[in-house]
Amino acid sequence: MDLAAFRLSLALATLTTALLLALGLPLAHWLATSRWRLKFLVEALVGLPLVLPPTVLGFYLLVTFGPHSPLGRAYAAVAGHPLAFSFDGLLVASVLYGLPFAVQPFAAALASVDPRLIEASHSLGVSGVATFFRVRLPLAAPGVLAGTVLAFAHTLGEFGVVLMVGGNIAGETRTLSIAIFDAVQVLDYASANRTALFLLGVSFAVLTLTYALQRRAGSGWPTRS
Amino acid sequence: MADALLMDVERRFPGGPALRVAVEIPLGPVVTVLFGPSGAGKTTVLRCLAGLDRPDRGSIRFGEEVWFDSERRRFVPPQRRGVGIVFQDDALFPHLTVEGNVGYGLGRSTAAERGERVAEVARLTGLEGLLGRRPGRLSGGERQRVALARALAPRPRLLLLDEPLSSLDAPSREELRGELRRLLESGGIPAVVVTHDRIEAMSLGDRLAVLAEGSVRQVGPVAEVLARPADLAVARVVGTENVVPVRIVSREGGLVAVEAGSARLTAVDPGHLGTAAFACIRAEEVLLETEPAPTSARNALRGRVAAVSPEGPMVRVTLDCGFRLVALVTRRSAEELALAPGREVFALVKAPAVRLVPHA
Repeated sequence: MDLAAFRLSLALATLTTALLLALGLPLAHWLATSRWRLKFLVEALVGLPLVLPPTVLGFYLLVTFGPHSPLGRAYAAVAGHPLAFSFDGLLVASVLYGLPFAVQPFAAALASVDPRLIEASHSLGVSGVATFFRVRLPLAAPGVLAGTVLAFAHTLGEFGVVLMVGGNIAGETRTLSIAIFDAVQVLDYASANRTALFLLGVSFAVLTLTYALQRRAGSGWPTRS
Repeated sequence: MADALLMDVERRFPGGPALRVAVEIPLGPVVTVLFGPSGAGKTTVLRCLAGLDRPDRGSIRFGEEVWFDSERRRFVPPQRRGVGIVFQDDALFPHLTVEGNVGYGLGRSTAAERGERVAEVARLTGLEGLLGRRPGRLSGGERQRVALARALAPRPRLLLLDEPLSSLDAPSREELRGELRRLLESGGIPAVVVTHDRIEAMSLGDRLAVLAEGSVRQVGPVAEVLARPADLAVARVVGTENVVPVRIVSREGGLVAVEAGSARLTAVDPGHLGTAAFACIRAEEVLLETEPAPTSARNALRGRVAAVSPEGPMVRVTLDCGFRLVALVTRRSAEELALAPGREVFALVKAPAVRLVPHA
């Protein structure tokens, strides 16, 4: 198995998941609690990667990241290299592409928390932010965990967007799923099989663990009878 | 007035009737009961006071503080009102222990102070043995106690209770009712209790504010509002019962003798009685006679007719028999007995028809 590709995939999935937690939780909280009339627009936008072909998203990102766009030029001026076909570009693309996989379970879990508990917390003098961390997040933890794992596993196996935005540069943008594609291209089925089996095993193990944990968490916190 | 909570707000609901509430709540150790039928908007009033709901118009003043003023666009968030609230369904934090729940609002104190205050409130509410438990493993009555303890712990300036006993079964409700009154008294802070239950209103409240048809129709001492509804809307809400404040005189063989005004009544002992209570007698359970005759009714009260007013096929007869007593008789009986103001009559009430509701 391509060790560089493994390290890259792991780094990409971990960083993407971390960013999705940092950005996705506030976004999910807003989606779960806002009463803005046009909220559905944001929901549709966040959900787009679920239905959009990865190549479409990849294409637009490539154009946005490229040297002909203001963003691409600004990034290149600061970082010294273009955003497209770099690890950073891959990270941004993965975060955008993984957004619905994290935000939807987050939002569902956060919205399922009884609003009276939030009100009780507020009336006990606890601020909105502190209430989020002391009441809403702990009670939504199983769903947030599920979203996190889903985002991680999904990023680990992402192919289309990665290929479009990152290309296939060893050690920089060649992830495990690209390595499988490469191996098949040169008819190295044995190598493709090893990597594919590894990804299959990891994905299955991660999901099994999540569902098992959720079951435990579910019975550990009996809510109102 | 500086030492009162003044509320004068309007809250509209899409497609529903508007709620317009003007009420004054004294900021002493007084329990005000907000009484009204389901859907009258009692909970909305409570939520507006807590800052969990924002009225469309008007103002809320707590002493010198302005909590809400639609014209000056002022709204004090719930965090800065210092209001304790107990919801109908306890709303305990399921992921925290009883101790964690009770101490939840004590964020700014040190761990030692917090522990001390939690222990103090737990003692007051009888929760000492349960501090380590999760809410899922408590009975309904225990949960409501925890909810109350949680609201009391940060020493609120105003306590709000939304139908605090309605989610409980009858025995625990009876038990907690008397205890709740004691706790509200010992707290020494103003409290507003929302209920649609007359017994709850009588046993918990000092003052009664009747909410009907979208506004507060009458405010006053509990017995007075129940006995003298200001208008038909209030009368419909509070019912047609005689409510008389009484003092317990003696107890014997399951019966209680009580003093009502200058008269004495015999009632069945309901238990949990202190020294004061309300006697409730339904107007249709009062028999009238013009001559004293042997009877099985334990209460034969000599009195004088004060007023007679027809109500459909019935006649409402107001008597003065040491206290004010209303009897509901048929029109024909009223004619046969020649009931008119000034006429001397005897009012007969069976002992079990005098229902006593403990008050303090």
